[in-house]
Amino acid sequence: MAITEDRPLALEAGAVTKVAARPLGALTRPQSDVGWASWFTTVDHKKIGIMYGVGSLFFFLFGGVEALMIRIQLAAPDGQFLSESLYNQVFTMHGVTMVFLVIMPMAAAFANYLLPLQVGARDVAFPRLNAFSFWCWLAGAIFLNTSWFLGGAPAGGWFAYAPNTSVTFAPGSGMDFYAIGLQIVGIASLVSAINLIVTVLNMRAPGMSLLKMPVLTWMLLVTQFLLLFAVPVITIALFLLTFDRSFGANFFNVEQGGSPLLWQHLFWIFGHPEVYILILPAFGIISEVIPTFSRKPIFGYPFMVGSGIAIGFMGWGVWAHHMFVSGVGEISVAAFSLSTMFIAVPTGVKILNWLATMWGGRLRFNTPMLFACGVIAMFTIGGLSGVTHAVAPSDTQQTDTYYIVAHFHYVIFGGSLLGMFSGFYFWWPKVFGYKLSEKWGKINFWLMLIGFNMTFGPMHVLGLQGMARRHQSYAKEDGFGFWNGIVSAGAFVIAFGTLAFLINIWLSARSAKRNPVEVGPDPWDARSLEWSTASPTPVHNFDVEPTVEFQDDWWHRKWGENEEGKIVRKAYPADIAQDGSATDVHLPSPSYWPLVLSLSLPVIGYSVIYTFWLMIPAGALFLAGFLGWALEPADDPEAAHGHADHGHDDDHDADASADAADEGASVG
Amino acid sequence: MADSKLSEATPAEATETVTEHTVEHGTTTGISNNKLLMWAFLGSECLLFGALISTYLLYKERFNDFAANLAPFEQDGRNIGPRFGGEDGEGVFDIPFTSISSFILLGSSLTMVLALSAIRRSEYRSFRIWTLTTAALGSVFIAGQIYEFTEFVEKGLGYSTNIFGSAFFTLTGFHGVHVSIGIVMLLATYIMHKQGRLNSDKAETVEIVGLYWHFVDVVWILIFTIVYLFPQ
Repeated sequence: MAITEDRPLALEAGAVTKVAARPLGALTRPQSDVGWASWFTTVDHKKIGIMYGVGSLFFFLFGGVEALMIRIQLAAPDGQFLSESLYNQVFTMHGVTMVFLVIMPMAAAFANYLLPLQVGARDVAFPRLNAFSFWCWLAGAIFLNTSWFLGGAPAGGWFAYAPNTSVTFAPGSGMDFYAIGLQIVGIASLVSAINLIVTVLNMRAPGMSLLKMPVLTWMLLVTQFLLLFAVPVITIALFLLTFDRSFGANFFNVEQGGSPLLWQHLFWIFGHPEVYILILPAFGIISEVIPTFSRKPIFGYPFMVGSGIAIGFMGWGVWAHHMFVSGVGEISVAAFSLSTMFIAVPTGVKILNWLATMWGGRLRFNTPMLFACGVIAMFTIGGLSGVTHAVAPSDTQQTDTYYIVAHFHYVIFGGSLLGMFSGFYFWWPKVFGYKLSEKWGKINFWLMLIGFNMTFGPMHVLGLQGMARRHQSYAKEDGFGFWNGIVSAGAFVIAFGTLAFLINIWLSARSAKRNPVEVGPDPWDARSLEWSTASPTPVHNFDVEPTVEFQDDWWHRKWGENEEGKIVRKAYPADIAQDGSATDVHLPSPSYWPLVLSLSLPVIGYSVIYTFWLMIPAGALFLAGFLGWALEPADDPEAAHGHADHGHDDDHDADASADAADEGASVG
Repeated sequence: MADSKLSEATPAEATETVTEHTVEHGTTTGISNNKLLMWAFLGSECLLFGALISTYLLYKERFNDFAANLAPFEQDGRNIGPRFGGEDGEGVFDIPFTSISSFILLGSSLTMVLALSAIRRSEYRSFRIWTLTTAALGSVFIAGQIYEFTEFVEKGLGYSTNIFGSAFFTLTGFHGVHVSIGIVMLLATYIMHKQGRLNSDKAETVEIVGLYWHFVDVVWILIFTIVYLFPQ
């Protein structure tokens, strides 16, 4: 059914919207945008972004504990900490959690919060769908993790190769939770991808042509397109698996002529674009951080954007390098070897451009910059070990060893996660109105970097020595004990690094409360539009819709060239930034129905696994959510005008503040 | 909000209402957000059906090899498929029957276009007729599919009989679900129109439903060619 979102989102300040609200009793929309309950009904992209961030950090701790359990088990030969069956569940859930419940939603947090701000919009194109995406993701994540209490978590690895996942070999319901849980998370990703694509393509501020968008916006846009096309493929794969397990289909039933290799193809056609879905947001983040802390524009902007797009396209042609030992045939192996080597080229372009951006710049090594430099160094190592996989004979040796584990942690932890941490430190003042402590930030960075290299560096050695992945223990005679001890110690150093991050949040929040310091709209002298409005971002984002002349427009408003070609300051951020005081901006009203609709999905999941009777409550929830969504009044004119504490708008006040905002903008 | 009287309004009156009720927002691309959403969604659907059709093609080949190599005592109905089974041993497909239902579905694309053109010209009576006709043609197609499925099951080809059954029912079943959702969308536009919430100023909603409907039809052309018409 066409879900229409007719509500105006980008009204000119001062425009008055008249919506004839029909009194519909239960269907009136919630109005409050403050207090804890408002988080359940919010459709504000910033609140949804924060919720994605909190959710992903929670699961980061969860997946981290799983990692520590694995490392305790493997710290010494003949470990007794986890049984074989529990070990399988723990490493499977560690992978699934870190990929689908940590890195992807963390990227979604940045995408939700920043995309509308960076393109100069007031919200995403479909605010209610945005809320639905978040609740749907959370429902899927919780559904997946309830398997721990319902007979055991999935135990087939995050890639879940057939026929190991059939009822014969995986008799519990763990794999059902995997298939349906990821399906629900996939719906969230798909809906969010469509929403953000429409936002970026359609809601850019006047003057912001595609090639004036910040690099982060570009990389997130490419990521959303990858999701748009990759998610349906895993959707089909997961459906086939569910149909096999629950309805007796024969897709992966070898006895009937089914092909287990089909699963590998479908999974990796999704799975290889997926690794770019994980890394491109981090590339985008550090492409914002490095120019800011080098005080130079990004080097080779068109190449930066072009290489991101090239990665997006080429990412579809390399999937079978995950399958070199699956017997896909010599020609396939040769072709995918070549394409895998080629995809290193655009990535190399990016690394060169970051280094060239820093070259000759006035570098400031604040915590965001440290993490960004960490990404460049660590991702380069991971990228180079990736190229060794492109060499098929070498890959044949390395398949299913710890060398592979080392490689993908260097790119996903050393690339994606460090990039996200860079982003946390960079945008924290914009989101919460205070900076995180530099001292604790540096402790956090160095502990993480050292711990990370202690953990994953020796895994290269272990892998080349022949230690196999996914084995619950190893014998003393194997000689893996020494390096495994180092690896496990490193894992705990990472844990302390994470602890330092949490302590940092707690201490910084406390000191900001006791001793508030005005951070101002633009504490880092940054370059993109989100820094041109107040910190924390006002609920309506911009008092007046910004207009854009240049790439890095905000920077050009602050700085210019004098006659001798030297860079001189034109204006101070505090003078030209919007102060967020407009009270007459019409915003979409909150809604209950995204939450209700998303709650129906896990119930449908339990129903497929346990009993079809559960379809009755699931159907009721679904219908309630769907009809409520369709029938609730398009908007409520009384609700959500800028600051709630200003009470009901007064036309006179509104005009005055809009004038003030216009003045502020014209200075720039 | 316009009331249901509007549906009887003359074109001139309707145009007046347009200017009054439309809150027009320029988008950067000039395509409305809703339409862009549908295009992006259909792009995603291409990959969904792409994965299903690839699975079917792979499994049709594998099934033919598998069935050819079954010893007689192993067969036990497991080799029923496009080549074996049915009344004359010519396979389960009834090409003339499916051809007719395919043309019915294709015809519904024409009525969809007529419905859109009618609402654009504020000819609400013909809009209602063509919308209901489109939904009815879609329903006839679905009825034909249900009949076909029952026939197959009676001939001995169930969902879990063999890999051909699994692949065939999954592919055509997914398409059937898409057509059914399209019928619900058509009925919803009809009801919204009856309530006065959908008139010529919102003709784009009908256009968007039409995009989906045509897409589902195009997918059926592919499925019909690949599943029914390719040499078995």
